[in-house]
Amino acid sequence: MTTSTVPTAPAVVPPRHPGVRGPSLLRLTVVELRKLADTRAGRWLLVGIGLISAAIVVVQLWVLADDEQTFTAFFVPQLLPTGLLLPVLGILSITGEWSQRTALTTYALVPRRERVIVAKLAAVVLAALASVLVTLAVATLGTLAARATGGSGDWSFEASQLLHAVVLQVLGVLMGAAFGLLLLNTPLAVVTYLLLPTVWAVLAGMIVALRGPARWLDTSVTMEPLFGPDVTAGQWGRMAVSVLVWAVLPLAAGLVRTLRREVS
Amino acid sequence: MIEVEHLTKRYGGRAAVDDVSFTCAPGSVTGFLGPNGAGKSTTMRMICGLAPPTAGSATVCGVPYRRLANPGRDVGVLLDASAQHSGRTGREVLALAAATMGVPRREVEVKLDLVGLGVAAARRRVGAYSLGMRQRLGLAHALLGDPRVLILDEPANGLDPEGIFWMRGLLRDFADRGGTVLLSSHLLREVEAVADRLVVIGGGRVVAAGGTDELLADAGTVVRARDEAALRRALAVAGLTATAGPAGSPGGGLLVAAEPGVVGQAAADSGVALTELRAAGGGGLEQLFLTLTGGTSTKETTA
Repeated sequence: MTTSTVPTAPAVVPPRHPGVRGPSLLRLTVVELRKLADTRAGRWLLVGIGLISAAIVVVQLWVLADDEQTFTAFFVPQLLPTGLLLPVLGILSITGEWSQRTALTTYALVPRRERVIVAKLAAVVLAALASVLVTLAVATLGTLAARATGGSGDWSFEASQLLHAVVLQVLGVLMGAAFGLLLLNTPLAVVTYLLLPTVWAVLAGMIVALRGPARWLDTSVTMEPLFGPDVTAGQWGRMAVSVLVWAVLPLAAGLVRTLRREVS
Repeated sequence: MIEVEHLTKRYGGRAAVDDVSFTCAPGSVTGFLGPNGAGKSTTMRMICGLAPPTAGSATVCGVPYRRLANPGRDVGVLLDASAQHSGRTGREVLALAAATMGVPRREVEVKLDLVGLGVAAARRRVGAYSLGMRQRLGLAHALLGDPRVLILDEPANGLDPEGIFWMRGLLRDFADRGGTVLLSSHLLREVEAVADRLVVIGGGRVVAAGGTDELLADAGTVVRARDEAALRRALAVAGLTATAGPAGSPGGGLLVAAEPGVVGQAAADSGVALTELRAAGGGGLEQLFLTLTGGTSTKETTA
């Protein structure tokens, strides 16, 4: 039991840390990149993306006719599973803070929550760019293996194809992050994101009136041209509309929601 | 320095925190006491800018928390030791915080050492930690930026008696070096040994505040006699009100709202032999604590 009376503050007050500034966006982005990979779940998601890519190419080496074993042929199919898993990475990056309740420490250390969100978006975009590098690397290995085993091993590859792959993966991961930001709940965001194209397909199949809007709003339709080397202006336009609806709007609404949300 | 002014938080029509004001001065430990659901955590979340208050304001180091450029360097916060990613290791949790705050990496080892988390423990995932270990990690997290203010919500929860003793020493030392500590608890005994001041909250309102000694002294006197009926008469003659003694003390005795000297004199005047006469101290404060908050907490728990 304390016996001291009214506390008399000792003279030695630790000095305020001189020149302390808030964390820069770069520093926050590095932290967020680290968070993507420092848990078992995150690490396996990243490893999984690489493994699935490798598995696809190995299967292709078996099943494709020799003259079909080209760099482009190895590159394109990898985009699909990666494009499915990257949005999940984007979702987890945002919702993990809430499901694991680390938002309590994250936002206590950085009360300007919008900076954390920007850093998270930057981190997942960098991850998407890295995934394209992995796709290129695996396709390269596949082509080399094809050459060694008597396949065509043709290296021809259109630069636009690479650009389209980057756009596809970056938009995908941002859309995932947007869903996460808006819904702030991992299973809800993942299921919603993955089910949405199916729902479109089912509805558009049943309701004729929806077929027109689906061409502008169903991202599985609007982003399909990105798997090839040629995208027309009209296709870019429809893609922009769908991205506005499914990425930009949820991002904006989700940002507002996250800024206002009580952390507990 | 923490200044809380008229903080109020309403959820729907219900006030979780109702017009709470207090100040924590540098060099002192303030115990924030109240039963579960009294509004302690909500108040602390509002101080830390994690929940917007309905009314009122709070400042830390003279500014609202959210205006601190790098809060971790000024204020160490531990609001919930379990709110960590179960898949990260203890060291990784601190490394992330150190990177965010711009604290040198070696501080991670220093703070792990300080809270007694060894190399093996630091390498394990937080999901495998006991609550006591999480509290230690949370304390290391709070101390990582070498702050001047500590805000700790139920930090003793899950610590063993030795751990509680160790934490008291750590907080006392922190305050003696000029730091400001605000720590909450629903157990009076946990904080009375270390707190210079107490703020007692019940049903969202501050029901008592002041120096710990002051509140202890106000708690009255425990008195006991072989002939309790005679003692009661003697106290009644002297105009003193007596209630049943502190909860849990064997043989009861009476709790009197007066100084021990006054009570002793009253007994002597009536010729009653006493077997015990002492300031109620902690037990009395506990009684006070229960009286002040009991009604509300019962309502809260049965609601």
